[in-house]
Amino acid sequence: MEFLSYLINGISLGSVYAIIALGYTMVYGIAKMLNFAHGDVIMVGSYIVFIAVNQMGLPPLVAIVLSMAVCTVLGIVIERFAYKPLRGASSLAVLITAIGVSYLLQNLALLIWGADPKSFTSVVGIPPLHLAGGQLVISGETIVTIVVGAIIMAGLIFFVNNTKMGRAMLAVSEDKGAAQLMGINVNSTIAMTFAIGSALAAVAGVLLCSAYPTLQPTTGAMPGIKAFTAAVFGGIGSIPGAFVGGILLGIIEIMSKAYISTQLADAIVFAVLIIVLLVRPTGLMGKKISEKV
Amino acid sequence: MGEMLRVSDLNVFYGSIHAIKDVSFHVNEGEIVTLIGANGAGKTTTMHAISGLLKPKSGTIDFLGSRISQMEAHKIIRLGLAQVPEGRRVFSQLSVQENLSMGAFTRKDGATAIANDLEMVFERLPRLKERRKQQAGTLSGGEQQMLAIGRALMCKPKMLLLDEPSMGLSPLLVKEIFKIIQDVNKSGVTVLLVEQNAKMALEIADRAYVLETGTVKMEGPADELANNIEVRKAYLGC
Repeated sequence: MEFLSYLINGISLGSVYAIIALGYTMVYGIAKMLNFAHGDVIMVGSYIVFIAVNQMGLPPLVAIVLSMAVCTVLGIVIERFAYKPLRGASSLAVLITAIGVSYLLQNLALLIWGADPKSFTSVVGIPPLHLAGGQLVISGETIVTIVVGAIIMAGLIFFVNNTKMGRAMLAVSEDKGAAQLMGINVNSTIAMTFAIGSALAAVAGVLLCSAYPTLQPTTGAMPGIKAFTAAVFGGIGSIPGAFVGGILLGIIEIMSKAYISTQLADAIVFAVLIIVLLVRPTGLMGKKISEKV
Repeated sequence: MGEMLRVSDLNVFYGSIHAIKDVSFHVNEGEIVTLIGANGAGKTTTMHAISGLLKPKSGTIDFLGSRISQMEAHKIIRLGLAQVPEGRRVFSQLSVQENLSMGAFTRKDGATAIANDLEMVFERLPRLKERRKQQAGTLSGGEQQMLAIGRALMCKPKMLLLDEPSMGLSPLLVKEIFKIIQDVNKSGVTVLLVEQNAKMALEIADRAYVLETGTVKMEGPADELANNIEVRKAYLGC
């Protein structure tokens, strides 16, 4: 019973990683860049919800929608002003810029909201579920996180495979030049990818802070890095890969904490990543691109 | 026969390399015009400048009365100017049919019209129909070339730019592809063909331009150029 409870908690944490990892992997797939500021968008999203609920007294759902809107705009603005001018520049330049944007967001948050941690009140109003005669308790946050994760995943797969914009994203991720020749506007496709990824980051932020209720300017950093790990683990560029990678990472982390050592949990997570990459350099579900010459 | 495409005094740089120097040529409606020349003569660069993937430094390109020299690539195709790029560049992760519907991305005339044209492309290129569900990356070189042509036809172009369609194909397949190009032209699509295989290109073209290190060296009716001593020596090997 204990094992089952850890497993469910692992899937729940993993769902959050998966939602964040989707942002990393989609942006990587389309723009071929690692957006290290993605984790900090989560933090901004969480602050927006915190302010909307605690200071403006808005209902949680409205707060989440507001936060998604703010993060969408933030994602588009970051892409437009930090990354778009570097299109065609070396990937190292883009990477360093992304790290710069990450620090910029953290320090802006520090300036605006201060360094002291805020205690985030959970926005989930669902009571915990008691199963097996009270032996297994699943919190409302856990249930909501898993359900939201599954919905986002299904929605995204549907969007990519069945809508015109989704198909455009697939085409751009494979060959920007050829996509342009089909009449696809590459710039707006990239902007839209950032918008979707950032809106998802807002959702992830709310879920994360509802389960782990401390909010400070560096809140997004560690989950961001772990979700990035999850994206690489699953095969960067692959949407199902991000999901599988995220869930597995969450389970590994919780299990390590429960059965091995709380302090070593993060080390174990990254060690697993290294082993996976040694055996399968493209990640679990990464595509092997075979090119015909 | 009106003029469809006119390129005037075009100059294009590839980084710091002056790849195209004062190139001018035109294509009339209904024609097959070919640009021939050796590797590095500037053929593909010219194509990219026309389709908008490269921006010219100076000079103008006009297509059916619109100035397209500084227009973005995704807008140029909407005017009815489609490119079959060098190296085919099909979307290898997508199926044959998905590739073809990608070609119809800009169309707004409804699903029925697009489905009809899909059938028409399948009729014209029956091998694609057999493999409609197959991933494009698993097709042979010749099939990928057919797919790239079919994909470009799906946008209902008035003019087709073809960049080295014979590249890497066996002589038999080259013949097949060139037959397809002729058929497409007969159905009313104007063709600008860039080729290293000068012999084949001159056989099907109405007029030709010879590009050498970024400039137009010679021009004229294709059959005349095919009999020109210099052209024969340099490009036909006889």
